[in-house]
Amino acid sequence: MIAESGHYALVLAFGLALIQSTVPMLGARWREYSLMNVARSTAVAQLMFVAASFAALVTLHVSSDFSVVNVFENSHSMKPLIYKITGVWGNHEGSMLLWVSILALFGGLVAIFGNNLPMSLRAHVLAAQAWIASAFYLFILTTSNPFLRIARPPIEGQDLNPVLQDIGLAVHPPMLYLGYVGFSISFSFAVAALIEGRIDAAWARWVRPWTLVAWIFLTTGIAMGSYWAYYELGWGGWWFWDPVENASLMPWLAGTALLHSLVVMEKRNALKVWTILLSILTFSLSLLGTFLVRSGVLTSVHAFANDPRRGVFILLILCIFIGGSLSLYALRASSLKQGGLFAPISREGALVLNNLFLTTACATVFVGTLYPLALEVLTGEKISVGAPFFNLTFGPLFVPLLVALPFGPLLAWKRGDLLGAAQRLMAAGIAAFLALAVVWAWTRGGSTLAPLAIGLAVFVIAGAVIDIVERIGLFRLPPSIALQRARGLPRSAWGTMFAHAGIGIALIGIVCETTWNSENIKTMKAGDVASVAGYDLKLESLTPRQGPNYREMAAKFSVLVDGQAIATMTPSKRSFTTRGSTTTEAALLSRGASQLYISLGDIGADGAIAVRIYHKPLVLLIWFGPVLMAFGGILSLSDRRLRVGAPKPAKSLRGLQAAE
Amino acid sequence: MSLKRALLALTIAMTMATASHAVQPDEIMSDAAKESRARELSRELRCMVCQNQSIDDSEAPLARDLRLLVRERIAAGDSDAQVIDFLVARYGEFVLLKPRLNSHTWVLWFLTPLALAAGGIALWLNGRRRARSVAEQQTATPRLTPEEEARINQLIAAEQAPES
Repeated sequence: MIAESGHYALVLAFGLALIQSTVPMLGARWREYSLMNVARSTAVAQLMFVAASFAALVTLHVSSDFSVVNVFENSHSMKPLIYKITGVWGNHEGSMLLWVSILALFGGLVAIFGNNLPMSLRAHVLAAQAWIASAFYLFILTTSNPFLRIARPPIEGQDLNPVLQDIGLAVHPPMLYLGYVGFSISFSFAVAALIEGRIDAAWARWVRPWTLVAWIFLTTGIAMGSYWAYYELGWGGWWFWDPVENASLMPWLAGTALLHSLVVMEKRNALKVWTILLSILTFSLSLLGTFLVRSGVLTSVHAFANDPRRGVFILLILCIFIGGSLSLYALRASSLKQGGLFAPISREGALVLNNLFLTTACATVFVGTLYPLALEVLTGEKISVGAPFFNLTFGPLFVPLLVALPFGPLLAWKRGDLLGAAQRLMAAGIAAFLALAVVWAWTRGGSTLAPLAIGLAVFVIAGAVIDIVERIGLFRLPPSIALQRARGLPRSAWGTMFAHAGIGIALIGIVCETTWNSENIKTMKAGDVASVAGYDLKLESLTPRQGPNYREMAAKFSVLVDGQAIATMTPSKRSFTTRGSTTTEAALLSRGASQLYISLGDIGADGAIAVRIYHKPLVLLIWFGPVLMAFGGILSLSDRRLRVGAPKPAKSLRGLQAAE
Repeated sequence: MSLKRALLALTIAMTMATASHAVQPDEIMSDAAKESRARELSRELRCMVCQNQSIDDSEAPLARDLRLLVRERIAAGDSDAQVIDFLVARYGEFVLLKPRLNSHTWVLWFLTPLALAAGGIALWLNGRRRARSVAEQQTATPRLTPEEEARINQLIAAEQAPES
C-alpha cells in the first residue's frame, strides 16, 4: 500500500510538473497573472507530492518491506536504522528519487521566497525548472521505478554494499545533490533571462545567493566524499581523479567561476552574456555528472551498450537540455546589452582572469574524463587517464591563478593600480618567502617544488588577511576605530577572506600530505612494534568481534612516544555476512592537524597480520580548507546586501507589474 | 572459549579468502632505492580491472601480480622506461595512467594550453574591440562636417550682425 501510494504521488508530481512547465509560459506570453501564478502553487504542490513519495520509500526501507525490489536489493533486516535510512539513496533508483526531491525543494523555495521577483521572471524560472523536473520524473517512472514489487517476497534482503554503510557516505550524496541540483536555479534563471531578453544587475542579485547556496553544498559535499574515501577505502588516498569525482569537480570549478562573474555583473553590470553562458554550462556539467555516474558508461562502454535504456534516456535529457539551452543562448544572447567597460588591470579584469583559469581547469578535467570514452567509441582503442595526467595538466593552472588571487580584492573597480596592490602585498610576499626559506632549510634538500608550493599557499593566506587589515586600517588607525570598521565591513568581505584563505590552507595540507607522508608496511604479531615518524606502535592483541550485520577482526595498538603510551588505536577488518565482502576500517589518530593512520591487511597462515601504518603530516588541512571556504560562503550569504536586497513587499510589486 | 576460537578461525579464513591489499609486506624489495622506484612506477600504472586505480592503491589480485612483475623487472635490471615498455607490450596502452603522446592523444595533452591561449586571445581581442568601439563613439559624435561648420559660423555671424 505504501509503495503504491509513493508511486502514485510521484505520478501526480509528474503531472503537476507538466502543468508547471507550460501554463506559466502561456501566462507570461498573454500577460495573464492568474496563469503565471499557477507556477507558484504547482511548484509547492509538486514539492509536497515528491516529499510524500520520498517519505514512502524511506518508510519501506525502515520497515524492511522486502516485497519491494529496491528494499530487497539494498537492505537487510539486521542493518542499523541509520543505514536503513541512508540506504534509500545508496542505490540508483533511490538516489534518482532524492535528485528530483531536491529539485522540487529548490523549485518550492523559489516559489515561496520569490515573492519579490518580477512576475513574469518567476513564471519563466519556475517553468524552466519544471521542464527539468518533468524529464527526470519521466526517467524515474519509465526506467528506474523504486516502488516495483516482487511477486514472491523473500524473507531477507541482500544488504547494502558494506562500503556504503558509513556515516560519511550517508551525508555525502545529499550534500552533493544539493549542490548539483542547486545550480538548476541559476540555469533556470539564465533560460528565463534569455526568453525575456532582459537581464540586469538585479538579476545577478537574485541568482547569486542561490548559486552561493549550491556552491556551499557542493564544496562541503566534495570535501566530505574525499574524507570518506580517505578513511574508508583503507589506503589513505583522498583524491583519485576517478571519473565519478571529476563529475563533481567540473560543476564545482564552473560554479566557482560563475560566483565570481556574478560579482562583476552585480556590481558593474558587465560580463552579462558570459555569466549567462556560465550558468548554463555549470548546470549542464551537473547533468553530465548525473549521466556519467548513473548511466554505467564509466564502468565500461560495453556495459552501457548492453543495457542502454537508462543511459540513453539520460543522454537524451542531457542533449535536449544542453543543446536546447545553448541554442537559445546562440539565438538570444546578442539581444542582451553589454555592460560597463573596464581596463584589463582592474577588479573586473582580475575576476575575468579567475574565470579564464577556472574554465580552462574545468575543460582539462572534462577532456581528461571523457577522452578515453570518446576514443574507445571512435577507434576502439583503450587508454587510461589518471592522476599522473591531471597532476601535469591541471596542477600548473593553479599556480598563476593563486599568484594572481591576492591581487584581485586589492584592485579597484574599472581601473586598478597594480603597483599599489603589489606594495600592499609586500608583507604577504615576505611571509611567503620566509615560509619558503624555513621549509627549505627544515627539509634540507628533498623536494624543491614542495617549499615553493608552501610559499605560494602562505602568500594566498597572508594576501587574504591583508585585504581585511587594509580595509579596516588595523595598525594604521587606533584599535578602537579599526574594530569599529571591522564591524562595519560587509560580511561578504569577510567571506572572501575566509574562502581565499581556505584555498591556501587546503594547498598546505595537500603539499604536506603528498610530499612528507611516511609509511611502514610490515607483518606483525602480538607484541611486535613498528615505528613511523617518531611514533612507536605496539600491536597488543588481535580479537574477533561480532557486529550487528558483520564480523570483524580488530587489532589493538598502543601508540608510544619516547616509550610513553599516549593513545590506543583499533583498526579492524570487517566481513559482511550477506554479501560476503570485507571492508577495512582504518584507525585514525589526530595529532594536531597531522594523523596516524593504521589499516589492516591479510592474516598469514602463521597468525601474523599485514599492517600498514602511515603518518600523514597536516593532512586534516586538506578538508579544513574547504570547510573554511564553505564558512566564507555562508558569511557571504548572510551579507546585509542580500537581505536588504529583498525587502519590498510583494503586494506593491505586484501592483507595479499590473500597471505595466 | 571454543566458540571464540571457532569465530577467530572463521574470521581468519574469511579475510584470507578475500582479495589482498595494496602493497603487501612480502612484496617489498630489500633494496630501498629499487623499492622506491617500484612505488613510483606503480603509481603510473593502472590496475586494469579497477576503476581508475593505480596498482599501488588497488587491492585487486591483478594489481598484486603487476606489482610483483614490476619488481621482478626492476630486480632484473630494467630501467624505468624498459619496465613501462614491457608492460605496454604485454597489456597495451590501457595500463598507463598517463597516456603517451601520440596522434591519438595530442588533443588530450594540448587542449589545456590551447584553451588557455585561445581564451586569453579571445579576451584580448574582445577588450580591444570594445575599447575601439567606445573610442569611435567618442570621436564620432562631436565632429562636424566643414559645411556644418561654415553654416554655424554663418548663423553666428547673422545673429551678431544686428546687435553691433
